[in-house]
This record gives sequence, structure tokens and C-alpha cells, in this order.
Amino acid sequence: MSRKLLLEKAHVEGIRHYDVYRREGGYRSVEKAFRMAPADIVEEVKKSGLRGRGGAGFPTGMKWSFLAKPEGVPRYLVCNADESEPGTFKDRYLMEFIPHILIEGMIVSSFALGSNRSYIYIRGEYAWIVDILEQAIEEAKQNGFLGKNILGTGFDCEIYVHRGAGAYICGEETALLESLEGKRGNPRIKPPFPAVKGLYDCPTVVNNVETLAAVVPIINDGGEEYAKIGVGKSTGTKLMSACGNINKPGVYEIDMTISVEEFIFSDEYCGGIPNGKRLKACIPGGSSVPILPANLLLTTAKGEKRLMNYESLSDGGFATGSMMGSGGFIVLDEDQCVVKHTYTLARFYRHESCGQCSPCREGTGWMEKILLNIEKGKGKISDIDLLWDIQRKIEGNTICPLGDAAAWPVAAAIRHFRDEFEWHVKNPEECLRTNYGLAHYADPIHVPVTG
Amino acid sequence: MAEEVKTFKVTIDNITIDVAPGTTVLNAARQIGGDVTPPAMCYYSKLQGSGGKCRTCLVEVAAGSSADPRPMPKLVASCRTNVMDGMVVKNITSEKVTDARNGVVEFLLLNHPLDCPICDQAGECHLQDLGYDHGKEGTRYEFKRRTFEKEDIGPYIQLHMTRCILCYRCTYVADQLTDKRVHGILDRGDHAEISTYISKAIDNDFSGNMIDVCPVGALTDKTFRFKNRVWFTKPVDAHRNCENPKCCGKATLWLRGDEVFRVTARKDEWGEVQSYDGKAGWICNTCRFDKKNSSDWTIEGLSKISRHSVIGANKYKTLEMPRETVNAVMGGRDPKLLMNIHNVSEVNNPSIELSHIQGPAHGSDFSHSKDHVDGAGESTQWGMKK
Repeated sequence: MSRKLLLEKAHVEGIRHYDVYRREGGYRSVEKAFRMAPADIVEEVKKSGLRGRGGAGFPTGMKWSFLAKPEGVPRYLVCNADESEPGTFKDRYLMEFIPHILIEGMIVSSFALGSNRSYIYIRGEYAWIVDILEQAIEEAKQNGFLGKNILGTGFDCEIYVHRGAGAYICGEETALLESLEGKRGNPRIKPPFPAVKGLYDCPTVVNNVETLAAVVPIINDGGEEYAKIGVGKSTGTKLMSACGNINKPGVYEIDMTISVEEFIFSDEYCGGIPNGKRLKACIPGGSSVPILPANLLLTTAKGEKRLMNYESLSDGGFATGSMMGSGGFIVLDEDQCVVKHTYTLARFYRHESCGQCSPCREGTGWMEKILLNIEKGKGKISDIDLLWDIQRKIEGNTICPLGDAAAWPVAAAIRHFRDEFEWHVKNPEECLRTNYGLAHYADPIHVPVTG
Repeated sequence: MAEEVKTFKVTIDNITIDVAPGTTVLNAARQIGGDVTPPAMCYYSKLQGSGGKCRTCLVEVAAGSSADPRPMPKLVASCRTNVMDGMVVKNITSEKVTDARNGVVEFLLLNHPLDCPICDQAGECHLQDLGYDHGKEGTRYEFKRRTFEKEDIGPYIQLHMTRCILCYRCTYVADQLTDKRVHGILDRGDHAEISTYISKAIDNDFSGNMIDVCPVGALTDKTFRFKNRVWFTKPVDAHRNCENPKCCGKATLWLRGDEVFRVTARKDEWGEVQSYDGKAGWICNTCRFDKKNSSDWTIEGLSKISRHSVIGANKYKTLEMPRETVNAVMGGRDPKLLMNIHNVSEVNNPSIELSHIQGPAHGSDFSHSKDHVDGAGESTQWGMKK
């Protein structure tokens, strides 16, 4: 049983309310942090090696130290709770069951960054969680942890919950800021980065829910203690939301030293594949990251055991690896169709593209249509190369990472499951009735560089 | 010494230029001019906040600056990237850029109806130019194109959303030039559209400028629609004393004979409205739509138009040729020109002054050219003979 930092108390009766949370040791980090200098808190987070839990995995301490601090200009902390990545539901769990840990982490972080107004931008579909969070904020306020002159230190802080209106793109930090300002949620062109010009053109830090919650154990135990958990540059614990063809879907807190095999098959975590089926493939970090076939998922191309952490999951680059992403762990068994699965994702990205820049606006729709053709048995062999060429022309050429997120799943599916795509094209009638089953993916398949 | 610090040295396609700090890569390339300038469909220097969307101006940064000479990992939008001292940029010399740009052009044309034969913008359309330069002859898109109903937005402007490439320029015009913005982008992704909320008429003195900034034929002048093709009309510079203080009163009239078919703002070589004393020369709707008599205007003379796609009468007389830079950057190699056509064909003999031919040119105009290659005066006479 690995150590839990965030969800340890999540199932204590009444932990959603301040009294129980406080009795279980809550808000200690605020008391401790307010005796420290803000710069020391940032230093402590740097020491912890905490990496952003939203998907990109950027070191949080470094992000905080980039924040510009001009005189007379307010600074903002924004919590990104617009958890819209298909397959990811860890933040929902955290906010729903133990909302005070987020509020506590935000108070400490606001103090460290000098933000007197902090925002939680939450996806609109999480309507009931808004009430939970607002109640937690109200309770914190009544007990002097929020509002004016917190704990007599002279530091003022207010936290506001803002509901999104149902756009995946508003999880991108600059689109989130636009939306928070009341504008159309189009990503901004970077630079300037939010650390210099963010919300209302003021320096802003945008962090994921889990990242801000992880600040609490870092302050309580110290950054060095936190860094001891985990391995290499993957320090601390990570929430994984597991779903798909597994016996025990749900949110698990792991310490990033366990292997992927253990995570899928041990009874402590996912509990194996139901109905005696075999593992076919897995998307280890939310819908945007490359899909991996079973052989490359359990062991890296070098033949080492793949572990559940940032470095090991991305070992081999995109050719034979994937990414930790946001921790949305989607497992596919032998009955699943990779073509249909890829089509579903392509449809999602087409629907969610903001339409601002041309490669993503036009390319996502094109990919969806071609994939639908292949799925319905109307495809051509040349369509597979065409798909490859389209994704190549989207990736890296867009304003925000949504273009990449739309391109990677398609690229990885073709890279590892090309034979399944070809089978769909060659067996147009059979592919409507049955699925391809386990692919012959033991060897990496050659993929042309140009279309 | 102090003066040296004031400018940044930037190298674009092996040509080095000194520019003021804060200049974008695109504007630095425009100062060099010619082929090294990346095309721009959404960027408009007179509209604040524009650019970065169409991705046609992507360039490769081979060295970030002399202080940090690492290359940038991704291609960057040159219209929104500021130059750094010692920056090395590759545009037409980078295969990566050419490849990405071809891809972007393919994406832009994916849902474009390609109805140039019936489009009023044809002949001065930026997407047409881009398509000629970077497009493929065929399409790989086998699906139904996205279409929209035509929409009248106000008495003067028609919106043909099917042609739109969502450059957002017109929304910036509405935001920055006019008082009450009623139009913007609805929906998202490939079903996003420019529209007024909800089906309002645009009623504003400067709304007509959005026709000028539209790079394609999505916004067209209803007083000019289907009246003429741009290449049959003759552009002349003209001015009038406009009562509107915000209107500059300087315009281009598009004439056929004495009849004024269309009035537009004057454009510079990048297809943008010209600036006068640092102020953009927008014109008001009265000048644009109501003053359609040549007696309303004081005509200054033929317009200089350096856009290669507008083939107006007498255009070549005052044409400012763009500087040839391909040769310089490609080390003397000229990839566009594989053979000299004049060795094998008489058509478009450079010694014939096309502007002097009355009416459309015929094959016969060129067949005698060998006898008449001696001078411009003679070819005029020869043109008159027809």
C-alpha cells in the first residue's frame, strides 16, 4: 500500500465540512506558511520537485518563480478546474470529497504568490461541485482563513468560483483566462505568457487542482520530505483516474514507483481485465496522449519494466512511448476497435476546436470524416497515409496545444495499429460485424514520413 | 555607441537588416521586401491584436538571438513574434516552412468554395495569390464542403460566410473603428461563423472598411456586386473634402470610362490601407457608397498597385516591381524560373508595352513583334494599329 497524501482522509465521515477537516489536521499548512516568507514557500515548492498535474508536467516551483512582480499591479492565482480531458476525473473526485484541501492549498499558494483575489475556474458540468466549493470557501471565511487580515497577518485573500460554459478549450490556460474575463474562450498567442500578462493583463499563475492541493503536504512535511516520495523527477503522489476495461475503475493515488503492470493487474488498483479478456492497448494519460499497444505499455522499447511516472511513460519518445498527461488511464481489451476509438477521439477534438487557427479548425474535421469512412468500411489504403500527413501538418503549427492533442492520438493509432486500419479497408463488410482483435504489433510498424 | 543599441540586427533568409526593437519578424521581412516576406492572411498592421491565426506566416527561427542562439523548437507565427538582436530567421530557405505553409494553404482551401469565377474579390484576392503560390493543383478532400446561407448585414454589405477563412479582421474593424459592435464570431471550430447577433443590420459610418480588410470575398460591397470585374476597371487616386472628421477623404476610385464603379481606401503593397502621418486612412461609408460620380472627387492620377494579381488597364505603367530576392538568398539559383519562355514563345514579349494595347490583347498583337522590338514609341504605334 503506497503512501497517500491527498486522499488519505477523503473518506472520513463529514470531511467535506470544516470542523471535521480541521480536526483531522486541516489548515495546519496555512498556519505554518503564514510564518514563512512568501519567497521561502516558493523555494519549498521548488525543492519538492512538484510537477504540474494538469498534463504538461511543468515544474510548479519554476512556474511560480517566473511570475512577474511589478509594483502596484495585482497578481492573480487561478485554479484550473476545467477538467475536460476525456478519461480524466481525478479533480472532480478531489473537489467533491475533500474540497477543503484545495481551498487550503490555494490560500497558501495565494500567499506565496501575493494574490489577493484567486479564482477557481470550474467546468460548468460540475454544477454540484460548485456548491460544495462555495460552502467550503464560506466555512474557511467564517473561521478566519479567508477574507481580510487572515490570521492577523494583514494578508487579504478572496477565492471566487467561476463556472465555465462547456468548452474543452477553456482548459487551456490562456483560453481559460479569456473566458474568465468574460470573452470568447480563444487561446491567446504566446508570448506574452500569463506569468507576465495574464488575467486582466496582470501577472497570473494558472495551476491544476491537484497541483494546488499538493502544496498542502509540501508545506506540512517540507519540500525535501515530499521529494523523497516517488522516483527521479517524478516526486510525490499522483492521482490516476482509471477507466475502460478494468475490474475496478476509479481514482487511485499512486506514488509513481509502481509498474504499469502492477497498476492494471493488482487488486489494490485496477484489478485486472474483466471476463478473462486480454489487454490490447492503453492510453496512459488522458485522451490526448499517444495510445500504446500492450507490449510497449508494459515494457519499454529497451526491454525495461515501464513504471507509472513521468519519465518512464514517456521513455522512447512518441515512437515507442507516451505521456503521463493528466492521469486519465484508459484501458482497452481485445474486443475494442482502435479505429472506432480513434474516430471517437477525432470527433471530440473536431467538436471542441475553437476555430481560431486554420490547421486545427479545418484539419480536425477532415480527420474525423476520413476516420468515419474507414470505420464504416468505406476507406481507402491511401486514406491512412493521408491521415498521417494531415496530423503531421496540424501538429506544432497551431496556437495552442489542442492541435497537438488532436494529432497525437491519430498519429499513435496509425503508428502502432496500422494493420488494423488496413484490415478495416480491406474487409469493409467484416469490419462492420466484428473487430480485429489483438493486433500483430510486436514490432514497430514502418510509417512513411511524408504523405 | 548609444545609437547602436537602439536597433536589432535580424537575418531573414540570409539578408541582414537593422530594425527597431519591438518590430515583428513579419514587419522586418516587409522592410526587406520581395519574396522573403511571408504571406499574411489574418495579420493587419493597422488593427491592434490581429494576427497569429491563419498560420500562413509561419517561419523557422534558426537562432533565437545572439545572447541565446538556440533555435526555436516549433515554427513561429512571424506576425506575432518580435525580433531579437542577432535572430536568424528562415522563410523561403526552409523546407519545413514551405511544407507547413503548403499544409496551411490546403487547410484554408478545404472548405473554401473556389467560386472565383463568380466572386467579386477575384483578381485582388489574397487567398487566390496564396493558392497560386503554395497550393496544389488538386484537392485531397473528398467530402462535402461546409456551406452557409448568404446574409445581408446592413444595406451596403453582403456576408458570404462560405468563403470566409475566419481571419477575424472584420471583427477587429468593428471593435476598433466603429462605435457599437454588433458582429462577431458565433459557434466554434469548423462551424464557427461571422454573424451579427442576432441578424442585426450593421449601421455605422465606418462599417464599409471591413470590406477592405477582408482578404477573401466573404464581405462584399453591395453597390459593386456583379457590376464589373476588378481587372476591367481602372484604379485612380482621388480625394474629396469629407465632412466626417474621422474619414481621411483619400480613396481609390475604380473607373470604367468616366463611371465610378467602386470606391475603396487606398492600399499599400501589402494590401493594407495606407497610412497618412501615422494614421490609417480609413474612409467613411458616405465616401465609399454614396459618392459614385467622378464629379464628387478630385482625381489625382493613376493608382500605384503593386499587387501582382490585379491586372488593371495601364497598371504596368506605374508598377513598382517588388525587389527580386530569390536569386540573392538562394545563392544565385532561381528555382521558380526553369527556362526563359521568351526563347520559345512570342507571347508576352517583354519589349511590348502591354499597357498601350487598346482592349484585350490578341495573338496577332504579338506575331509581328519581331519587326517592332526597337522602342517603346514604335510599339505604341503598333498597338494603335489594331
